[in-house]
Amino acid sequence: MVNGVDSDLLHWIPLLPLAAAIYHGVMIGLVRRQTPQTVVAAVSCGAVILAFVVSFMALLDLLDQPETSRLLVDNVYTWIGAGIGTSAISAELAFRLDPLSAVMILVVTGVGSLIHIYSIGYMDDDHRDDKGFQRFFCYLNLFTFSMLVLVLADNLVLMFLGWEGVGLCSYLLIGFWYSDSFNAYCGSKAFIVNRIGDFGFLIGLFLLFGALVEAGHPAVSFSGIEQHFSSIVDRTLTLPAWLPFGTEWRLVNVIGLCFFVGACGKSAQLPLYVWLPDAMAGPTPVSALIHAATMVTAGVYMVCRMSFLYAAAPEASAVIAWTGGITALFAATIAVTQTDIKKVLAYSTVSQLGYMFLAAGCGGFSAAVFHLGTHAFFKALLFLGAGAVILAMHHEQDMEKMGGLWSRLHATRWVFLIGVLAIAGVPGLSGFFSKDEILVAAYASHVPGHDWLYGIGLLTAGITSFYMFRLFFRVFLGDCRAPVATRDHITDPGGFVVKPLWVLAFFSVVGGYFGLPQVWGDLIEMENSNSLANFLAPVLTSTEAHHLDHSTEYGMALAAVGLAAAGAALAWLLYVKRPGLPDRLAKQMSGIHRTLLNKYYIDEIYDAVFVRPLVAFSDRVLFRTVDAGLIDGVAVNGTANTIRSLAANGLKYVHSGLTQTYVFMMLVGAVAIVMYLLP
Amino acid sequence: MIPTEHVIALSAALFTVGVIGALVRRNLIVILMSIELMLNAANLAFVGFNRMWPGTEGAPAVDGQIFVLIVITVAASEVAVGLGIFLSMFRNRDSVNVEEVNLLKW
Repeated sequence: MVNGVDSDLLHWIPLLPLAAAIYHGVMIGLVRRQTPQTVVAAVSCGAVILAFVVSFMALLDLLDQPETSRLLVDNVYTWIGAGIGTSAISAELAFRLDPLSAVMILVVTGVGSLIHIYSIGYMDDDHRDDKGFQRFFCYLNLFTFSMLVLVLADNLVLMFLGWEGVGLCSYLLIGFWYSDSFNAYCGSKAFIVNRIGDFGFLIGLFLLFGALVEAGHPAVSFSGIEQHFSSIVDRTLTLPAWLPFGTEWRLVNVIGLCFFVGACGKSAQLPLYVWLPDAMAGPTPVSALIHAATMVTAGVYMVCRMSFLYAAAPEASAVIAWTGGITALFAATIAVTQTDIKKVLAYSTVSQLGYMFLAAGCGGFSAAVFHLGTHAFFKALLFLGAGAVILAMHHEQDMEKMGGLWSRLHATRWVFLIGVLAIAGVPGLSGFFSKDEILVAAYASHVPGHDWLYGIGLLTAGITSFYMFRLFFRVFLGDCRAPVATRDHITDPGGFVVKPLWVLAFFSVVGGYFGLPQVWGDLIEMENSNSLANFLAPVLTSTEAHHLDHSTEYGMALAAVGLAAAGAALAWLLYVKRPGLPDRLAKQMSGIHRTLLNKYYIDEIYDAVFVRPLVAFSDRVLFRTVDAGLIDGVAVNGTANTIRSLAANGLKYVHSGLTQTYVFMMLVGAVAIVMYLLP
Repeated sequence: MIPTEHVIALSAALFTVGVIGALVRRNLIVILMSIELMLNAANLAFVGFNRMWPGTEGAPAVDGQIFVLIVITVAASEVAVGLGIFLSMFRNRDSVNVEEVNLLKW
């Protein structure tokens, strides 16, 4: 089925973190003795760094191959084999490295290694439970394993295994400090909301496989699906008439939308984004690794992986683009009013993920992957920087109690500033190039209302700049608002915490040059400057787009930079120059302010519309009536009681104790059977 | 040669005698003997049918006769066990009347 070059390297990449996770699991669960922290840290970080090295070697192997057909395959064994002939399913445990998964594994293992190292310092002072350190690294390794399976999977079934695995690890790590029931609640919320998305993913998978079986080409591997995709592309699906969606649908649109529901859950898009802000209950390195750099980008990765499908499904793509655009703007407006430093970054992540979907929906798959990569660098940097600030503030996350840290955190301040500049889109830094490419992709696409989408993206860029500079000014400038007692003890955290930030800051600066858009490449007379897009081109299906001339693109970049500068200036005016102004503004526009502060009341609406009725229904109908009443009362106890009373009141006298009565009954029975059988 | 029907009729008669004996007699030893009658009626039917389908010259069918040997073996062991139980019962209760052993009931 797959015709790539065999490679024995690939299965080591997920296997190394898995081995580390199993080691930790055995030490915690079976050996039950406390492992020294140095050993735990060495095993965990060693495994992930080694995985990074192997990934790099695999990348070199990949680059050796001809440019248009780069593919490495590692077929371990047949995982699920069932059926025969044209309906046979054969899901291999096979890993596939093509340019797209190569970018992903480098991000996952690269950023993952840095965050593992950072975690040594961050979790060091955590004494809430004595095995917490090892438990944390166990989950973190397990997560890295699942994520690598997700991105390396050769087929949709194996991808789903990784997909569920990262969801599980996300749940475990959000509720890591489970003794506080709020954290456990947040973990459950993330898991349950993700289940809704996973349901969509599964339906999409079944529809796709069913259609391929009907067409006589059963396949679950990506290359197989792509190869036989033309046989199902014109199919239609008839929906039942009572559904409010009309009856005739193109099958690819339905499949595309189902998969996108999965992506919405995992990548926190409207309307399933609600779990991500609450996921900040987990330790900060978790927020950086899972809820900013890697797991939440799985949805974007999946959409790009299925680019051939979405290129053939313009309606589904339009839904993706609009969902992404609206989410980007929506989350950015919420981020403006949040005061918890991690909540701001969480809504910022939702917003940036919206950007990626905006690009993917507009056919700019390479722009989406590009932004995925740069965002992984600068958002991980911002989260880890925020973690350093939180450590320095003795686990205080409220920005109202920070301020004036510029003179106190000498090591953190510059890298944090770089992160803010990168996400705000300052020219030359990574965020500028990737965001620019997304806006260009949106403007040039054929998606209905693409100019509106471009406008939304542009506006979001301005708001992003505003809230990020607001965060920076509130934390680092102005007077220190910390309690007097802690004010003199605010210092930079140790080396494990600070040094990974430098690496991330370096890549936040130069990361943009891996995928320098051609329009900027021409400026320095460099051919094929967008090496990332060229690298990815063979695996991504391009869609038709308007051609834009260079002057338009320069103008668009100028507009984006102008809005970003305006946002920054506004933040400076409000939070540095006239610090009293925000409060007065908030009072004047108290309606809007309160709506934003309460996150558009989405959580409350969901609670009232879905959660409460569901809980009430489960409690009164399913639990009290069905389970306790019908199943326990009627079915189980009812049967037993009926039989018991029947037996006690008469049936028992059948057992007379007289052997010859029994013999007679037997004889009657035997005769009856013989009579029945005789013709 | 005696027709097979006669053999079967005798077997059926013996079996009926055995059944009635097992149903109406009270003495356990007699009941045991009646059971033996039934088993032997079955044996008779076995050999009768075997004689009816004797197989071919090269491959004679002996299934019925082999079954008879098995039944005889089983009957012998059954008698041994049965008589052992009756003996123990007689020692305990001074009786082998089947109507007096009716403790296992509601």
